[in-house]
Amino acid sequence: MLDRELKKGSAELLILSLLEGRARHGYEVSKLIESRSGGTLKFNVASLYPLLYRLEERGWIVGRWVEKAGQRRRRYYKLTKEGRKVLPAQRSTWESFVAAINRVTKPETG
Amino acid sequence: MTEWKDEIRRRLAKLELESTREAEIVEELTQHLQDRRADLLAGGATQEEATRAALAELGESELLRRELRRAGHSRQLAAVAWGADGKGAGRGRLLNDVRQDLRYAVSAMLKQPAFAGIAVAALALGIGANTVIFSLVNGILLRQLPFQQPEQLVWVSSHRPEPGKYPFTLPDFIDYRDLNRSLSGIAAFANWSANLTDHGDPDRLQGLRISAGAFQMLGVEAMVGRALLPADDTPGQQRVVVLSHGLWQRRFGADPRLVGEKLTLNGDSYTVVGVLPPQFFFPIREAELAIPLAPDADPWRDVRTSVNFLRAVARLKPGITREQAEADLTAVARRLRQQYPVANSQKLGVTLSPLHEEVVGNFRLALWVLLGAVGMLLLMTCVNMANLALARAAARRREMAIRTALGATRWRLVRQLVTESLLLSGLGGVAGLLLARNGIDLLLALSPASLPRAAEVSVDFHVLGFTMALALLAGVIFGLAPAWQATRVSLNDELKERGRGAGGERQNRARSLLVVSEIALSLVLLVGAGLLVRSFLRLQAINPGFEAENVLVIRLSLPKAQYPDRAAATAFYDKLRPQLENLPGVESVGVVSALPLSGIMASIPFTIEGRASAADEALWADYRLVSTGYFRALRIPLIAGREFNEHDTAQGTSVALISQSLARQYWTNASPLGAHLRIDDNDQGPRLVEVVGVVGDVKHLSLDGEPAPHIYLPIHQTHEDAVVWLASNQYWLLRTAVGPLTLSAPARRAIQAVDREVPASSIRTMEQYLAASAAPRRFNVWLLTVFAGAALVLAGTGLYGVVSSGVAQRRREIGIRMALGAQAGDVLKMVIGQGMAMTLGGVALGLGAALGLTRWMRSLLFGVSATDPLTFLLTAWVLLFVALLASWIPARRAMRVDPMVVLREE
Repeated sequence: MLDRELKKGSAELLILSLLEGRARHGYEVSKLIESRSGGTLKFNVASLYPLLYRLEERGWIVGRWVEKAGQRRRRYYKLTKEGRKVLPAQRSTWESFVAAINRVTKPETG
Repeated sequence: MTEWKDEIRRRLAKLELESTREAEIVEELTQHLQDRRADLLAGGATQEEATRAALAELGESELLRRELRRAGHSRQLAAVAWGADGKGAGRGRLLNDVRQDLRYAVSAMLKQPAFAGIAVAALALGIGANTVIFSLVNGILLRQLPFQQPEQLVWVSSHRPEPGKYPFTLPDFIDYRDLNRSLSGIAAFANWSANLTDHGDPDRLQGLRISAGAFQMLGVEAMVGRALLPADDTPGQQRVVVLSHGLWQRRFGADPRLVGEKLTLNGDSYTVVGVLPPQFFFPIREAELAIPLAPDADPWRDVRTSVNFLRAVARLKPGITREQAEADLTAVARRLRQQYPVANSQKLGVTLSPLHEEVVGNFRLALWVLLGAVGMLLLMTCVNMANLALARAAARRREMAIRTALGATRWRLVRQLVTESLLLSGLGGVAGLLLARNGIDLLLALSPASLPRAAEVSVDFHVLGFTMALALLAGVIFGLAPAWQATRVSLNDELKERGRGAGGERQNRARSLLVVSEIALSLVLLVGAGLLVRSFLRLQAINPGFEAENVLVIRLSLPKAQYPDRAAATAFYDKLRPQLENLPGVESVGVVSALPLSGIMASIPFTIEGRASAADEALWADYRLVSTGYFRALRIPLIAGREFNEHDTAQGTSVALISQSLARQYWTNASPLGAHLRIDDNDQGPRLVEVVGVVGDVKHLSLDGEPAPHIYLPIHQTHEDAVVWLASNQYWLLRTAVGPLTLSAPARRAIQAVDREVPASSIRTMEQYLAASAAPRRFNVWLLTVFAGAALVLAGTGLYGVVSSGVAQRRREIGIRMALGAQAGDVLKMVIGQGMAMTLGGVALGLGAALGLTRWMRSLLFGVSATDPLTFLLTAWVLLFVALLASWIPARRAMRVDPMVVLREE
């Protein structure tokens, strides 16, 4: 169970972080993930949108259809108050998790 | 682009989403693909490549659907899936989660074996106790009687000016039987005791004479052979008998070949025609065999003034209500009263009560009270468990916090924790059920003999269902509160090292509230037990009218064949009495036809000679045939005149003794000595007796009733018509200087020496009879006291736990205070103050609840009001004392806190 949650958890952290600054739509998010990770992380449609919907259901982000002048309407996601509260916690958990892994996997000396 | 839309729609189809939602998703995903394609084109790809790459974003064909489903769209799915023919997807996921929850719960349990062990044990005890009491309630109160259409069956009794349910005479019964229009059947029965002299040692058995068609009316069939039939009731038939299942097993080793054999009962030969089923019980519970009553052939058939000794059970005609039938029979009673003004003067009517009520009525309230009490105990156990779990929850807060941060919803965590507690309570329930089976046997063995339908108490489906429901409820109760608390995490606080701030306080409040409720509950139980104990003590203090210590009671029955008349019966008495008197250690010997508190009823009508009483006003008194020495043996005081002596023979004047209440009632200012009574105890009509003395009142039916007026006659002057009654039923009393039972063997030998055929099968002490009459009450008191004691322990340990952990949590605060100059005494006061505050709250709550609840117990109490202030005060003090103790122990620990150590920990 932890395993699944961990995978889920890190992906959610990614999305939450990307939405921290401003509202974005789905394609934007997927492009950002790919570009900022230097191509290492890629989210395809089948992985990204279900994630977005889940976060939305949980109340951490909210999606709105926005119609900008001259464009088709798009669904923009932004962080909710709840999401903003959760984000730093998720970050620090992730950091301590990573640090712990590092400590354990450090090559043994001597 | 439309192909994309179609493709996306196709993949979403199986999800069966609601159409607006589906349209939105399709739109959003399509845009993504379009953007992707635009970017690829801008990057230099061809139309074809771009389109193909974009489509590839959708992933392998099932992927999208799977991911969406997992993303929590199962709620929408569920509405469709479970409503329709179950696509299985939603349910499958739920099942998966449940399995996972269980696995997690098991591992959590194994990680904390001590807590789990205590929890399962405590729950097993609590649930087991509840199961035991409920199976009593179920088997005795809730289940229908083991007869056909039992709601139509009623208990028939005669209604007189004095409250009570009275028996009938033979002629009365025959009239009711023949003249009623509302009953489809009525059966009468009477006590009958039989000396069994073959098939083993002579034994005196309690039995019944029961009228024809009784078994058919009840709808009971024999297990082996047949029951009694109407044909058996007609005169001239050979003597037949049916046995109870218990007797068949006990005495005859359940031998199936017994049917058809002959038994010698009271010197006559009876053929065994059948054995009754094990759940069947006679209306007189101790009865083990039955012979036909044959009322029409009875010599007393037309004697209207004969003894009232018959009791009756009837079945209402279909469609007739009890009230209608009662009116019908009362009309018959009134007619009889007009026809026979002397004999039936006191018989005002007929009362019908539902048979079920008659059988279990006395125990109904007590059983429900016990169930309520034991339910409270379980509640308290769950509260204690919840407290323990709350304390443990602190340790798991980090775990909860991390899981929440990683995406688990609160509902999920709560479900997980409740699953853990359900697992514990489930195990506790199973263990409790196993305990209950033994517990039931134990309880039945200890319960009073008068407990009805004890043979029907078992663990059946109802009891099983009750246990499971209880285990479920217990698990939810003791799991929900801690689960809710534990998952209400303030993430920032928890993930930092000091997780003690707001969360700790809130937890403490919850635990304190729980303890207050526990204390309240235990006070209610204590008050209930206290009231019952006081009632019991009051009852024990009642003077029964005689001294029961050191009296041996031997119940004898003389076979009719050898003792057909008074001469024979008194000859037996004259021979046996000196034998018994000469036994070393015997101070006095007496005989009586009906022992006080033995449950045997016998009363006769009488008039006072020379008094102008209205012609149809016959008075009634309890009727006893006694020997000289009876009053001395029981130390019943002589108030006036003289006792019977050796001059009161068959040839002398007929004399009588009356009881004090009788004297007071009819001779308020004069002396009754020398007055004459006309008593009606024989066929020829009332005869004259002279009152030569007045003796003290004796409680006959029960200790808490009023003593009935008594008329005593000397056995040597027993009327011939009453001899059969005296011969078949006499109690020999020996007042002993030493322990009475030490004389049972010599007494038995003396009896055998006089007549070998006379069995002395029932030898008990008078104290045992006294105790037996109080047995049901004593049983209640015992059980409730045990429960109250357990409640006290639970409340005490609960309080101790909370105060103790409060001390642990406030160590820093205590250290600082001490550093700032607080004395050990101040710390002590602070801690004990906390404990006592909770206790006072609980006591106040409990007192209020007890005031409201004890009124339901009123009919179980005696000599004590339901709001008896002494009991309430005493129990409150006991609880306060225990609470003080429970607070003092952790307080002492608090006093020993070293401020330097604590401050250094900062």
